Amino acid sequence: MYKILEAGKLAGNIYQMVVEAPRVAKHCLPGQFVIVKADEVGERIPLTICDYDREAGTITIVFMPIGASTEKFAQLQAGDSFRDFVGPLGCPSELCMEENLEETRKKKILFVAGGVGTAPIYPQMKWLHEHGVDADVIVGAKTKELVILEDKFKSVAGNGNVYITTDDGSYGRSGMVTKVIEDLVTKEGKTYDHCVAIGPMIMMKFCCLTTKKFNIPTVVSMNPIMVDGTGMCGACRVMVGDEVKFACVDGPEFDGHKIDFDAAMKRQAMYKTEEGRALLKLREGDTHHGGCGNCGGDK
Amino acid sequence: MADVLKKVPVREQDPKVRATNFDEVCLGYNKEEAMAEAERCLHCKNAKCVQGCPVSINIPDFIQQVKEGNFEEAYKVISQSSALPAICGRVCPQESQCEGKCIRGIKGEAVSIGKLERFVADWARENGIKPPASAAKNGHKVAVIGSGPSGLTCAGDLAKLGYDVTIFEALHEAGGVLVYGIPEFRLPKLDVVAKEVENVKSLGVKIETNVIIGKSVTIDELLDEEGFEAVFIGSGAGLPMFMGIPGETAKGVFSANEFLTRNNLMKAFREDYDTPIVHGKKVAVVGGGNVAMDAARTALRLGAEVHIIYRRSEAELPARAEEVHHAKEEGIIFDLLTNPKEILVDENDAVKGIRCIRMELGEPDASGRRRPVEVPGSEFDIDVDTVIMSLGTSPNPLISSTTIGLDTNRRKCIVADETTGQTSKDGVFAGGDAVTGAATVILAMGAGKAAAKGIDEFLKNRK
Ligand SMILES: Cc1cc2nc3c(=O)[nH]c(=O)nc-3n(C[C@H](O)[C@H](O)[C@H](O)COP(=O)(O)OP(=O)(O)OC[C@H]3O[C@@H](n4cnc5c(N)ncnc54)[C@H](O)[C@@H]3O)c2cc1C
Ligand SMILES: Cc1cc2nc3c(=O)[nH]c(=O)nc-3n(C[C@H](O)[C@H](O)[C@H](O)COP(=O)(O)OP(=O)(O)OC[C@H]3O[C@@H](n4cnc5c(N)ncnc54)[C@H](O)[C@@H]3O)c2cc1C
Ligand code: SF4
Ligand code: SF4
Ligand code: FES
Repeated sequence: MYKILEAGKLAGNIYQMVVEAPRVAKHCLPGQFVIVKADEVGERIPLTICDYDREAGTITIVFMPIGASTEKFAQLQAGDSFRDFVGPLGCPSELCMEENLEETRKKKILFVAGGVGTAPIYPQMKWLHEHGVDADVIVGAKTKELVILEDKFKSVAGNGNVYITTDDGSYGRSGMVTKVIEDLVTKEGKTYDHCVAIGPMIMMKFCCLTTKKFNIPTVVSMNPIMVDGTGMCGACRVMVGDEVKFACVDGPEFDGHKIDFDAAMKRQAMYKTEEGRALLKLREGDTHHGGCGNCGGDK
Repeated sequence: MADVLKKVPVREQDPKVRATNFDEVCLGYNKEEAMAEAERCLHCKNAKCVQGCPVSINIPDFIQQVKEGNFEEAYKVISQSSALPAICGRVCPQESQCEGKCIRGIKGEAVSIGKLERFVADWARENGIKPPASAAKNGHKVAVIGSGPSGLTCAGDLAKLGYDVTIFEALHEAGGVLVYGIPEFRLPKLDVVAKEVENVKSLGVKIETNVIIGKSVTIDELLDEEGFEAVFIGSGAGLPMFMGIPGETAKGVFSANEFLTRNNLMKAFREDYDTPIVHGKKVAVVGGGNVAMDAARTALRLGAEVHIIYRRSEAELPARAEEVHHAKEEGIIFDLLTNPKEILVDENDAVKGIRCIRMELGEPDASGRRRPVEVPGSEFDIDVDTVIMSLGTSPNPLISSTTIGLDTNRRKCIVADETTGQTSKDGVFAGGDAVTGAATVILAMGAGKAAAKGIDEFLKNRK
């Protein structure tokens, strides 16, 4: 059993938990994920590692309840436990590896965070900051109440900038993250050598279309359906260029300009029924950010 | 008087009934049936059957005990050679192993060695007979990676010799393929697999689930930091292959591993479990091994019409004969000498059919089997909504890529000595599918046994 030490809401419908998992905390690096199972009958649900404390042996996860399993997680309180919590899975972000540090230091890096994808960006920026690399970050949310982790980003941006934007203009800049990328590059004289975009698939897709115009290499974190997370089932396969890759062992981060997002979004919706889609939209209410690619919420 | 040339028939669930449930197909012998079948054994001096068994169970001896009604004695005889008899009795390919060599088989049907072994193991379990206790603890720590048949056997044998053994398992449940691959209707999970795992634990073996060696902790750390003096790798061959034909990433295409894992490990067939599974209406399963049969019969039980698509003929089907027989009885359709060319998809990228081509058998290939060749112009389509790929698996690189000095071969299998399990790295041993590539339960057990001996000798010599 893996004890939940802290549980609470970050904003709107976004939950954060700190979980005791010493083996994971000892080895994880930014970019990796865990698989979490609530109880005997629960599904195995992949969640990105959003922070870790090696001394305390804890992992922070951030999630949005969108279906039966994540909703079950949301019911859990501090003091409760997850039955299973396995990781770290997947490859660490290439930016956050000691062996690449020299290369990384030469780069001008832009992070683009969308919705619940905001949380996984934080450990990457934190790691880079601790290793003397400062980056810019664009944080996008639907509306003011859903902007998360602003202070934390400011604390690790160093000399980099934190650009907040809301779709409805209620806070920070106004418009989607893609608009901010355009503005920064075309109007504000910014140049970047590397971009990391994490968020709903639809957001990553459009980010990639934008960065491609400006020739900025872009890494995205794919979140396909998974079962085991160890390379055993193939459920997580994604097309990268003309190669089939397993996101759980070869990823989850891939060259965004090579991803077939349309196919990935269709695949991700495999278990989605008409009824389920309606429920999803209803439940998410105003946190609905699109991204599942099937419910039409982003249209 | 029963016909001595024929096996005492074993009771099975009616095919029509069992096609709709996940309960065990074969009901096994009762006492009387087992004793009657034991009568058929000729107690050969130079018993050929023993040579056919990879762990050399003393078959004539245990059958003699069954004949006399001494089931506990029979269990002791089997236990000397096998740690998981309830499982092997159920899943060994007996027709090509013990029973394939049985003298009775020359003029009639072989003695039903597998069913007798199963009977003895089930009887022992139902009567609370435990395997013999272990030796006094010797204080030396050994780590075992993977809780499949090779890992469980190696751990059990080492514990019996007094070692302090911990098994590390990546999944949340112990058992390897026995829990995630082989379905409930062939191998009951709670009554058989979990009990065998309990037996291993009762020898003092600790099992830590949710630990992925190479990710959560490395082999070098186990040796250098956690105080383990030797490591056994029994991590299996779980990486599924795909064909590389168009349409393979479409919605509705699964690897057999995904389909079976959802159903077996995650229990998707039960309403009270959360994991979903696709209930296809018409399913094509590509392949002809045990895995393909299991996937096909699982899909059938979830309500589908199921086609097995296999490129060779019936004689070459690698699955156990009993499974092929059961599959046919249940109504699985066999499209033999047929090979897929493309998976057809609709506008939502969901499967709507599979395009196949007819094959014919040509010259024998390296494996000695006649090589299938395409019949030009014979393409045809089958309407299906689900395709399950069951083309075989290979070892996962998670461990080999994170362990310095561990050699693998061209097929990504770990290189290990057959008699001791010793790998290229000092103190590290390996066996089972991780070394041989996908094989059988009993071979994996045999390798676990050999490695336990290898590890014992290695540590004794070092002391
Ligand atoms: C590597 C990885 C990292 C992830 N990190 C996070 C994270 O940090 N925080 C977070 O909130 N979520 C994250 N996700 C997504 C999360 O795993 C899904 O939201 C979760 O599986 C949904 O499960 P559920 O039972 O609640 O919903 P379900 O009832 O299973 O699903 C609801 C609907 O969402 C669809 N769906 C299934 N899987 C996914 C998926 N992976 N992404 C989106 N939709 C899906 C299904 O088709 C279904 O109809 C991550 C996924 C991956 C693969
Ligand atoms: C569907 C199916 C049906 C089969 N039917 C039969 C049959 O009827 N008869 C027969 O004899 N054989 C059958 N087989 C083959 C047989 O099951 C295997 O040969 C046997 O299980 C191999 O045993 P193993 O111990 O080597 O590995 P496995 O049983 O594969 O166990 C390996 C274990 O190691 C774990 N693991 C892997 N990597 C790591 C890691 N890095 N860290 C920690 N743990 C790890 C895995 O999760 C797994 O639990 C079948 C196989 C399948 C898939
Ligand atoms: S272990 Fe397998 S091969 Fe050996 S006797 Fe039993 S069924 Fe036959
Ligand atoms: S070969 Fe057949 S008849 Fe002879 S001992 Fe073995 S099981 Fe009995
Ligand atoms: S989740 Fe099963 S192979 Fe990636």
